[in-house]
Amino acid sequence: MPLRIGIVGVGYSGFDSMTPSLSTRELMFEAATRAYEDAGVDPRKDVQSFICCTEDFWEGISITDEYMPDQLGAVLKPLCTISSDGIVGLATACMHIMSGIADVAVVESHSKISDVVNPDEISSFALDPIYDHHVNADPRFVAGLEMARYLKETATKREYCAQVAVKNKKNALLNPRGVHGADLDKKAVLNSKIAASPLTELESSKTIDGSMVFVLASAQKAKKLGNHTVWINGIGWSSDTPWLEDRDMARAAYAEQSAARAYKMAGVRNPATYFDLAEVDDTYSYKELQSLEALKLAAKGKAGKMVESGAFDRDGRLPVNASGGSLGVGHLLEATGLHRVLEAVLQLRGQAGRLQIQRAKKAVVQSWRGIPTATGAVAVLGN
Amino acid sequence: MKNRVAIVGAGMTLFRRRMLESPKELSFEATRMALDSAGLELKDIQSVVSGSAPDAFDGMHMKGEYLLDGMGGIGKPNQRVYVGGGTGVFTPIGGFWNVASGMYDTCLCVAEEKMSPLHPHPQYAFWSIFDQILERPLGTTLLWIFSLEMRRYMHKYGIKEEEIASVAVKNKGNAVDHPCAQLGAKITVDDVMNSEPICWPVKRLDVSPPSDGAAAVVLATEKVAKKLTDQPVWLDGVGWTLDSTHWTNRDLAYPEYVEKAAWMAYKMAGIKKPRKEIDIAEVYDPFDYKELHHMEGLQLAGKGEAAKMAVDGVTQRDGDLPVCPSGGLLGVGNPIAAAGMMKICEVFWQLRGEAGKRQVKKDARTGLAQAWGDLMQVGTVAVMRS
Amino acid sequence: MILSQKITSYPGHEITPEDVKEGKYLDVVYKFEPKYSWAAGVAISRFLAELKEGRIIARKCMNCERILVPPRMYCEQCFRPTDEWVQIKDTGTINTYSISHVGTDARRLKTPILVAVVDLDGATPGMGILHNLGEVEPSEIKVGMKVKAVWKSSSERQGAITDIRYFRPIGEE
Repeated sequence: MPLRIGIVGVGYSGFDSMTPSLSTRELMFEAATRAYEDAGVDPRKDVQSFICCTEDFWEGISITDEYMPDQLGAVLKPLCTISSDGIVGLATACMHIMSGIADVAVVESHSKISDVVNPDEISSFALDPIYDHHVNADPRFVAGLEMARYLKETATKREYCAQVAVKNKKNALLNPRGVHGADLDKKAVLNSKIAASPLTELESSKTIDGSMVFVLASAQKAKKLGNHTVWINGIGWSSDTPWLEDRDMARAAYAEQSAARAYKMAGVRNPATYFDLAEVDDTYSYKELQSLEALKLAAKGKAGKMVESGAFDRDGRLPVNASGGSLGVGHLLEATGLHRVLEAVLQLRGQAGRLQIQRAKKAVVQSWRGIPTATGAVAVLGN
Repeated sequence: MKNRVAIVGAGMTLFRRRMLESPKELSFEATRMALDSAGLELKDIQSVVSGSAPDAFDGMHMKGEYLLDGMGGIGKPNQRVYVGGGTGVFTPIGGFWNVASGMYDTCLCVAEEKMSPLHPHPQYAFWSIFDQILERPLGTTLLWIFSLEMRRYMHKYGIKEEEIASVAVKNKGNAVDHPCAQLGAKITVDDVMNSEPICWPVKRLDVSPPSDGAAAVVLATEKVAKKLTDQPVWLDGVGWTLDSTHWTNRDLAYPEYVEKAAWMAYKMAGIKKPRKEIDIAEVYDPFDYKELHHMEGLQLAGKGEAAKMAVDGVTQRDGDLPVCPSGGLLGVGNPIAAAGMMKICEVFWQLRGEAGKRQVKKDARTGLAQAWGDLMQVGTVAVMRS
Repeated sequence: MILSQKITSYPGHEITPEDVKEGKYLDVVYKFEPKYSWAAGVAISRFLAELKEGRIIARKCMNCERILVPPRMYCEQCFRPTDEWVQIKDTGTINTYSISHVGTDARRLKTPILVAVVDLDGATPGMGILHNLGEVEPSEIKVGMKVKAVWKSSSERQGAITDIRYFRPIGEE
């Protein structure tokens, strides 16, 4: 039987390049207040578990969970950090509900990247201290390596990657959260500054601030909360080796494994035709192609051609990143996965406004933790 | 609860001030030993939960990712759980929900900490746990909050430094029998009292040392566990709670967050009278007074009454309620997350009657491990049964 | 059945700082320098601005009627926005104290730092802040002692917690 955990409330704040008037905690309070209102729950009475997805150095604080309970209504309640992408936080909430620890659980993640002066210093600090750290380069060199290998192995045309950026940035123009929306052509994307060859700046998502809070409930409890539940029917997360040198850089093995688990749980047999929309990793342009193949939404080496043909456009066969994704909206560090889920939830509720895809019933969402990791997660959602 | 959860294997490395092994290698050693003790191979493991406290110690951003291969996490679902000093006991709690939920049948739980890489001193990492605007400019150290809490605790209940020192004497003495211990020693209350004050009332011998080390356990469903061993140890109750960020607004004399966490775990395990039903307790003891403070939060002693139990010998290995028979953090060492996991390992070994020279005198059937962390804020509790 | 009693050795090799210095074992040295410019937010920005003026400000929650310091825009107990600013006094009571002989990097200090949690007058009882003590002998400090803030001069104040130099005893009222 498929997994059946309800997303009964969502709330968000920020979605801006900077949020100088609010502290991280105040930004979270806004998102939490909206999510609880949306779900119709009182966090002081109705929620049994709170989960935050953060990494210390992004916050500039060691042990960031210290600073999380108050603004989530979690004081003297079970709260913990899962140092991973927000979708792994959702998976944790699912397990808390399935094991009876909680009937209602809350997941939060955020980016306050505008507080960080030198983010590259932090990203580089995640490289192996002995083998890789001496490469004194923009940490996106890892993406450059992957992209080059992906293009070579799949014989994907270079311009197909640029088309991903064109598509997503254009989609974002319709999204009120779309900080990096733009109407560009492939030439502009290809001619933008090189970030890490062959990757260009316009193919590289830019970080923004934002907080997101999700309220999850057991199937039984969800029936009593609100009338716009979106169901998590399958969830999976996985990691490939942390050694850059050992990975098959052409493929996203972590996404393949995550998808296999999530699909199995949800009973998805033919992913290519099963979904009405997909929000997948597009931290960098090529990542969307690589991810689509890992998720079996495109055959190996065929994703680029399909993007080029318009199959993944908003009005295409399978809208992919109709929200604008990370390239069009912005990248939210560990909250990136929750952003993708947020966009899918709004679609499945029919609340996506100008972005709305008609008759959207089933969605797949996938995220990646970014350089230099090979960790990601997949969720299968339905209404 | 969907599935009952068993602990089927445990392992740990030596705890030392500075180890040759890299963080990955330490993780591997503990993991390999836990797998061997369960009679399992990595292919038998379906998911991994990792625990490690601030990234600042090992000196890595996204430390959980870096440690992954040492912890057997490649190609597997991995969660790094993190609640500061509470992480060690929280790591198997993470494993608990992986298995209890029915999501996975086996889960490897590994905790690692290598504190020695940080220069000039591991303590420096703790500066960045404080509020960056209101507290760090004052030149804060972690020792401040401990000593402030200890002072308040002593003041409220009229507890003497000598009584508190008896905990350090007991734990360092117990650690003499632990093969991994860093600071096992036969010392006296006078030794503690005469040790140099570092942040009065905290003195040198009131404090656990910074350490390098790793520890691991393997969890499994009842079905899997019964195939592996005649002696599974059941993880029957888990609990955790976080109090407010604003630690200067709280009653520092009593750890309400530990009480809440304990009742969550007790309720799950069906324990109604903890003092009667718990046979042994590995209570978190990074500082000697913390053991007493936490015993009260855990309902193993009345408020202000734990010191008397320590002085009267109730908490000795041959006492009515042995506390920290391992030697605790004060004696075995304190590689933060690994130290909490060491406590889980100890209860596992004690409940199986495998603790050798450390075996408690009484017939121990129900045990408890607890850790604490953050800005004196988090309690994590695990109740185990043989 | 595998018994842990049968485990005769535990893995790991200890090394000393001298081993590393002598080059017996290699290490890689790196100075990590992340930089932040944290947005203080609504509550703390106002708190700091008031400190610059030599005043301490708190926030009140009308639901639980607590006066909260450090101020926050939300009440963590009631989970609702707090309602109004309240000026509180720069006097208070020592809730607890310590005499610190070590600095942030664990090095021994020549002169110990005196630290305390000071419950501030005008806030709800038990609402304390962390600060230093001064103009007092360590042996004379007591829990329950009345203290008052000693401020930097207005020209020296920058809108920081250190605009208060320390708290000093003022005797019983």
